[in-house]
Parts: sequence; structure tokens; C-alpha cells
Amino acid sequence: MAGAASGNDFQWCFSQVKGAIDEDVAEADIISTVEFNNSGELLATGDKGGRVVIFQHEEECKHRLQLRGEYNVYSTFQSHEPEFDYLKSLEIEEKINKIRWLPQQNSAHFLLSTNDKTIKLWKISERDKRAEGYNLKDENGRLRDPFRITSLRVPVLMPMDLMVEASPRRVFANAHTYHINSISVNSDHETYLSADDLRINLWHLEITDRSFNIVDIKPANMEELTEVITAAECHPNQCNVFVYSSSKGTIRLCDMRAAALCDRHTKFFEEPDDPSSRSFFSEIISSISDVKFSHSGRYMMTRDYLSVKMWDLNMENRPVETYQVHEYLRGKLCTLYENDCIFDKFECCWNGSDSAIMTGSYNNFFRMFERNTRKDITLEASRESSKPRATLKPRKVSTGGKRKKDEISVDSLDFNKKILHTAWHPKENVIAVAATNNLYIFQDKVN
Amino acid sequence: MECAVDAQSLISISLRKIHNSRTQRGGIKLHKNLLVSYVLRNARQVYMNEKYAEIYRMQQYEEVMTVCNEIQELNPLDLAEDCEEQNGECCGNGGVSEPASLCCALLPVSHLAAGQSAHIQAPSACSAPHSLQSDEICKETEPSFYRSCCAEAYPVSNCDFSPVNNNLHCNKTTVLDLDTHVVTTVENGYLHQDCCASLQQCCQSAQSPAKKRKVDFEYYISDIEEVSDFTPCKRAKFEDCSYANSEHLDTSNISNLISIFGSGFSGLVSRQSDFEQALNGQFCSKQALASLGAWTRAIVAF
Repeated sequence: MAGAASGNDFQWCFSQVKGAIDEDVAEADIISTVEFNNSGELLATGDKGGRVVIFQHEEECKHRLQLRGEYNVYSTFQSHEPEFDYLKSLEIEEKINKIRWLPQQNSAHFLLSTNDKTIKLWKISERDKRAEGYNLKDENGRLRDPFRITSLRVPVLMPMDLMVEASPRRVFANAHTYHINSISVNSDHETYLSADDLRINLWHLEITDRSFNIVDIKPANMEELTEVITAAECHPNQCNVFVYSSSKGTIRLCDMRAAALCDRHTKFFEEPDDPSSRSFFSEIISSISDVKFSHSGRYMMTRDYLSVKMWDLNMENRPVETYQVHEYLRGKLCTLYENDCIFDKFECCWNGSDSAIMTGSYNNFFRMFERNTRKDITLEASRESSKPRATLKPRKVSTGGKRKKDEISVDSLDFNKKILHTAWHPKENVIAVAATNNLYIFQDKVN
Repeated sequence: MECAVDAQSLISISLRKIHNSRTQRGGIKLHKNLLVSYVLRNARQVYMNEKYAEIYRMQQYEEVMTVCNEIQELNPLDLAEDCEEQNGECCGNGGVSEPASLCCALLPVSHLAAGQSAHIQAPSACSAPHSLQSDEICKETEPSFYRSCCAEAYPVSNCDFSPVNNNLHCNKTTVLDLDTHVVTTVENGYLHQDCCASLQQCCQSAQSPAKKRKVDFEYYISDIEEVSDFTPCKRAKFEDCSYANSEHLDTSNISNLISIFGSGFSGLVSRQSDFEQALNGQFCSKQALASLGAWTRAIVAF
């Protein structure tokens, strides 16, 4: 069922969980981004401590019953360190905001990782051979006394234990005054964009000392500021097109061929507000936290606080589909504002065939919506239901007065357990769900 | 729509968030603070609407009393009859159960006929025509004056500017400043009287001594400024009139707060002393109303 919309219901079962079981969660271990590479062989996570952990899918199955391999740690490295901006007396967090993989061109893997200010290009390569028999160095690497060398020999490559090295190949720094929220690799495989609250820059992967500013929404007078950029993404196959979303719930599509500075959008996507649902928090809940193109490039999906909206690029005045993620929270917005949960930025993702979408919620719940059948399901990432190959039971939040068995009431939801980051394998029905400091991997039960 | 009480707590919470954001790791988050400022604006609008609704209701009440007083001045002997008549006219259809007592209750005790109840009723809607009528005289002569101190949206003209010139009434006036939430008691209607006296002259004569009134307004405002200076959180009373005249009231509300941030949030850093004094949630809301406010308001509270 590799990505094909067969119309069957997904049956998700637990595969693996990574991370400490401790109740006490260290802030640095909280996962802040999850991303499969383009083949799905590698799965990268970034955390608040600035570390990147890469898992690799291993085909060899030890258990007969396990039809798909497991993801095991492939490489771990410290991508970003905390920094201090002396000029502004500001500390720059080391938290990894986004990881994006580059398309693989040789045996090495490349990814971009970013914190609030600096983007880095990392090369992850394997080394399984090493040269032995140097003339000038002995086995331990110490220099030999040249007078002792009486003969020459040719070094020989000998096998060694596999070593995965991660090395920073480029550092793209000092281009953003505000906090970087997005990076996106262009389909030309040469450029990428980075977006902060007010500006979007276009980089060439080889050039670190300059970038082109392509969007600048900073007003001349900061007192007139009314919206910020919240996410940006390049079109999957048109290298001149990108979109960016705003805190006002609007999306702008820009064509880089039109002008050097894309302040004037080519398309403007906005759904008119419903005045009857106006509240103190209308602006907050309409702010878009994530925008993702479909693999086909025909649609894009946006996530705001309570819903996911599907947009057809050819229709600007309203979305073609709207999915309510947790509408039952609408009555609790005041509480969520007080405890800051209303500012949580949920991400969303497509499956490989664009037939289904997934996004996270609270209480370690995550939601999936099938576009064709309009079916939706709520699942939970929890240690309790983490038996090997155990099928996940659908969960339900009771909204009415009477709570049925197995339902959970809105007031019992744990708002500290939030799933902000999820990723779907580009080709198979394997999903990665980040629940605070744990990474859950689920796969569809293949019949 | 949530009530004004919730609005006030929202304002406190929002201010606390903005204050805390300054000490958070990673610097001030522009996006989050922008969203918080929207909540502040919304809460403030609701709060101000509630307050002005109150003012309007009290002004109705005030107007009825004024009319009665005027009648009293003209012919004290006809006090009770006229008052009843007045109230009867205006309150005939209002369904007010005891129209006479409304007016009479407001009169100084010495003029009250024995046995009349002195309970105060909320002014009924039917008294509106009278209040507007008396106001319009003053309003039309100095429209710009009113606009400079009142927000366009609000119908009230401020009770204190209504022709309440009554020594008997103004023995002791309690003034509540809406922006700073400072309550001041003014003896003998000193502050109030000057202002009203000049207005009454205006109403009586066809001319509009604009200069004089402006002086009074400034005097009045300067007094309010003095009052607000008593509060520990000094906040520059920035561009109140000009903002009120601004077409973009919404953005000006946000912009007042955004101006705190400035570019690189240097503005927020400079106002450190203000915020540090305003850690108390209650206090925060008062300061918020002052700092967010483009206007300074005072109402006469009984």
C-alpha cells in the first residue's frame, strides 16, 4: 500500500520509541523538529539542546514477523551552540528550529539545520576504510624519525568499523535580524530560502557570505507593524515560486521572475473571517503556524491553531477543504492563553500520495485526515500503548455532557503533552511523531 | 462577548506576558508579542465600551438631575411640580415606577419634600432626548473641541462638561480617572466648576469662546496629568489628542504598544523602570489602560 490511496483504512501499529522514559524531562532533550530525507532511509530529529540525531532504516529484520525494518541511530552531533550577541545583549538559543535534507547526489548525505540566527549545512558521510602503512607516521600516528626510514611502501586501505562523520560544510550567518522560522530547499537543488519574522532571504548553497533578500515586510515605522511571517516554503517543482504565511492567517504566493524583491505577491490566499465567531483571541487562533505544499505542487496545506486548511493554488478566496483538529478547545481559549498553549505552533504533513494529512494535538494525541473519504482518526503516542506491533486504538474526546466509555473529557487533557512535530515517510506508511522528548515511530499494518 | 471584568484580567495577564518575554532566553519574540498586543487591544476595546456604557448611563442620570436643578433655579417654588412634569414627560413611556423620586432624590436634602423617597434610580432611556438636547448646544459650538478629547466612536460628551454648575451639587466630587484608575476627591467642585462654568457661558451665549474653553481644557487635562503623575508608573502621555484624531485608531492602539518594542526592542528596554514598577497584576492593568490609552478620561462618580 506504498502510498497508494486504496481506500482501506489505515491500521497503525507501534513500531519503536526513542528517548528516555524518565518522567523528568530535560529541556534540552525536547524534540523541536523531525524530518525524513527524500528517500525515507534517514530520519533526522533536532532538539532544544542544539543536537541533531539521525536514524537510519535498516532493512535486515531480525524478527520474521516484522515486515519493515527498524530505525536505529546513525549519527549524533551538536549542530548549534548557545551564542551571545554582545551588541544587543541577547542570548541566541541553540534550539534547532528546522532541518531540511538536500537531495542526495552521492554517497554522502547533506542537511540544513537552523536555529534562530544561523543556518548550517552538514555533510554526513560514512567511513569504513582507513589507510594503513604510512611512511612518515607510525601506527599510532606519531611522526617517524626521517633518518630511521630506510624503505618506502605504499599505504593500503584496510576495512574498519563503520564510522559516520558529520562535518559542517557551510555556515550561513548574520543574515537575519529576527528569529528564523523556516528554511526550504529549492527544486533547483542550488538555492534555498530562509525566513524570519519580517524577511525572507534566498541563498546559494555554495555561497555563505551573501544572500538575496526577496521579501521584506518590515514597515518603515515599527509602530505600524501588524503582521509577521510565520512560515515559508519553496514550490516542489517550480523553482521560481514560493509561498509564505502570515500571522494574520493569509498566504502569499510569490514568483521570483516578477521582480527582485517579491513584496508584491502574485497570489493572495485568505478566507474571510466569520464575524460571529469573533473573540479576544481571534487574531491568535488565525495565525498560521505551518504551510506545506503537496508533493504534486497543486495544493498547499496550512495549519492554524484549531484547524488545517487545504488550498488549491488556483483558488485564492477560500480553502477547498477545512479539517477541524480540536474544535473543542474553542471554549477554552482563555485558559490556553493564560498557560501560553495558545501560542503553540503545530506542524502538519502530507503522506507520499497526498491522499492523507497528519497533524498533532494535546494529550499526546495526533490526528490524521483522509482527503478522499473524509475520514479522520485520533491516535495517541503513549508508552502504555507501546507494545511491539500493537495496533493503536482510536481515541475520542467527548465534547458533550455525557462522556462515553474510553472517551476522555476536555478538562482531563494534558496540555503539557503536546505533539507539535510529525513526519510522514515519503514513500511508505511510516510516521514519526515527536512527543516532547520521545520519538515514536508507527507503521501501517500490512496485511 | 466577554464582560469587562474578564477584559481587565486579560489586560493584566497580557502585560505580564510582555514583561516576562523580556527576560526569556533567546530574546523577545516578535510574533508572540504582536499576538499578545492584539489581545490587549481587544480587551481594552471591550473594557472601554463597558466603561463608556456606564458613563453614558450615568450621564443620562446626570442630565435628568441637571434639568431638575435648572428648574429649581428658575422657580424653586415650582420644584416638585416641574420636576414631576419633566420626569413625567420624559419618563412617561419609560416605565419608571417612581419618576418623581428620580429627580427629587438628586436634589439637596433641604429641598426635598418630606416623605419622598430618596432612592436613586438608574436613568431610563427616555431621558436621553433631554440630555442630548442640552449637550448638542455645547457640542455644535465646539465640535473640534469635543473631538479632540473624545474618541469619535463614543457618544458621551463627558458628564463633567455638561452644564452642571451647582454649588450645592459640587460640594465634594469624586473623580475617577479611567486611564490611570486614580480616584481623586475634589473639594467644592473646584476642578469641576471652572470647566463647567465656562461651558455654561458658552451654552447661554451664541458665541463660542474657543480660546477660553481650550485653556480650561488644558487646565483640566494638566490637572489630570498631575493626578496621573502621582502614580508611580510614570508614562508619557503621548499624543493623546492627535491619536484621537487619527483615522487608524486600531493600529494606533497596537502601535502605542509596538512603539514600546521599537526596532530591536530598544523601546522596551528603555521602559524597564515603568514595567518593573508595574509587576502587580492589578497595577499592570491600570498602567496598561494609561499607556495604551490615547485619551485621558475622567468621570464624576457619586
